[in-house]
Amino acid sequence: MIGLQHYLVVSAILFVMGVFGIFLNRKNVIIILMAIELILLSVNINLVAFSAYLGDLVGQIFAMFVLTVAAGEAAIGLAILVIYFRGRGSIAVDDINRMKG
Amino acid sequence: MSITASLTLTMPELILSIGAMFLLMVAAFGGDGLARAIGWGAVALFGAAGFSLLGPAGSGGPGFDGLYIADNFAAFAKLLIYIAAAVSVMVAPGFFDRAGGYRAEYPILILFSAVGMGMMVSAGDLLTLYVGLELQSLSAYVLASFQRRDARSAEAGLKYFVLGALASGILLYGISLLYGFTGTTLFAGISDSLAQTIGTEGRVSIGQLFGLVFVFAGLAFKISAVPFHMWTPDVYEGAPTPVTAFFASAPKVAAMALLLRVAVDAMGSSTDAWRQIVVFSALASTILGGVAAIGQTNFKRLLAYSSINNVGFALFGLAAGTPQGVAATMTYMAVYVAMTLGSFICVLQMRDTDGEPVETIASLSGLSRSRPGLAAALAIFMFSLAGIPPLFGFWPKFLVFEALVQEGFWPLAMIGIATSVIGAFYYLKIVKTMYFDEPAAEYAPSESTLEYGLIGIAALAVSPLGYLAIPLLDATSMAAAHSLF
Repeated sequence: MIGLQHYLVVSAILFVMGVFGIFLNRKNVIIILMAIELILLSVNINLVAFSAYLGDLVGQIFAMFVLTVAAGEAAIGLAILVIYFRGRGSIAVDDINRMKG
Repeated sequence: MSITASLTLTMPELILSIGAMFLLMVAAFGGDGLARAIGWGAVALFGAAGFSLLGPAGSGGPGFDGLYIADNFAAFAKLLIYIAAAVSVMVAPGFFDRAGGYRAEYPILILFSAVGMGMMVSAGDLLTLYVGLELQSLSAYVLASFQRRDARSAEAGLKYFVLGALASGILLYGISLLYGFTGTTLFAGISDSLAQTIGTEGRVSIGQLFGLVFVFAGLAFKISAVPFHMWTPDVYEGAPTPVTAFFASAPKVAAMALLLRVAVDAMGSSTDAWRQIVVFSALASTILGGVAAIGQTNFKRLLAYSSINNVGFALFGLAAGTPQGVAATMTYMAVYVAMTLGSFICVLQMRDTDGEPVETIASLSGLSRSRPGLAAALAIFMFSLAGIPPLFGFWPKFLVFEALVQEGFWPLAMIGIATSVIGAFYYLKIVKTMYFDEPAAEYAPSESTLEYGLIGIAALAVSPLGYLAIPLLDATSMAAAHSLF
């Protein structure tokens, strides 16, 4: 029987993978965008699992809002990435170093 | 409460969002030639939204079944937000005209951002909080990279986006845990549920504690408190200066007000669980904001560290956890907005004779001889940010520490006062550079009476004359704080 804690563990693993994907990745900004999506989706698993467990609809409505906002966020992130690429000709993470200190 | 009654509570947000969409249509069909007119339209909308706070939108209480709260606290924060946003719209055309063309999207994005900030400070539910925060953040990411052809601006936007999205993710994860372990997303319900757990088990459960910590971490990022401050210097340096002025003022007030509301409204029953987080963050922000600023050569970066430092002091008021403490934090944010906007409008004046913006501290050398008025105003802002009496920046620092001492946290207050001395060092270094160093190349003369006027108003507000406003500030900030408790 799959219970609440199984969902929470999967969601926690996905969340940690997303955070590590942002910090350990040295290659490409696109991977960072994917890691951000992973974080948001792990939250959605949490919300829906809690919603089913509590018998309360708010969690599922919240998950819909998160999906909507995540779509907007991805669109803006990619748009910023495009203007960055036009200026620098590269999207490698190690190249994002014009400002330091 | 009927839907129309609820809608009247959201009058400022309605005015701003409908107005912004109308102006967006004007911009789409009229072209960038109308950009300045659209800017003044945006300022008028901020004025109208501010006036609407006099009605039920300022003190009508909860609406939409508690999702949205229009109380004195929200009204106080919204007024500050609208003033700061309006000023950053007014100073923009001059800057962007020199940098290659003002575009109509700028005032419109600021308007949408202000709608989001209004939702944040009026949130009575985690869902309203999240949607408001994202509306504010998404507009801010675009604003940071507004100068598309400038590599630094694009890089600032990219960094802000990645770290901001991470912070939203952390905040959301905390929200999902809080929802699961308290069974509701309403602030009042969360507070009751936490109190119940404390009543039966003696402390909050581990799941609730995790949720609480994640929510505080996400919000600490938005106010750029240590240890979530790393984006601030880069974004402040790279973003166009009017945008930086906006970032340093309005969103900071909104995020701080949101933090206060979440801490007091939703988690007021578990003050002991979050106080140590706030105390750590406040101390670390004041110390790091002071120490890291010393080696900076770029004035905008220095102001970024200064804002980290000031947020730390404002957090001390929350650490007290009393109505006096919350009122002190709100007063701090009010005075901080005047100081930081003034400083950034002074940065707008820093241009070489070709009209190119200069940002180094070295270029301020001998400013007192070439531009005595500007040097005097900047000196007032620096002394005030350092909290040196008789300037008005001293007063909110005094209030914050007074609130701490009243609650018996006098060792913390003493450490806080000691850290303010570290900060004073680099503020005084700027004043020394302007008044005692050999003059550097002169700046281009400024023709903008608007910018001079705004600098003058900000300088007067933080000068000793500001003490005349104490009764008003005291009354409004206490009314705001009491509507939370």
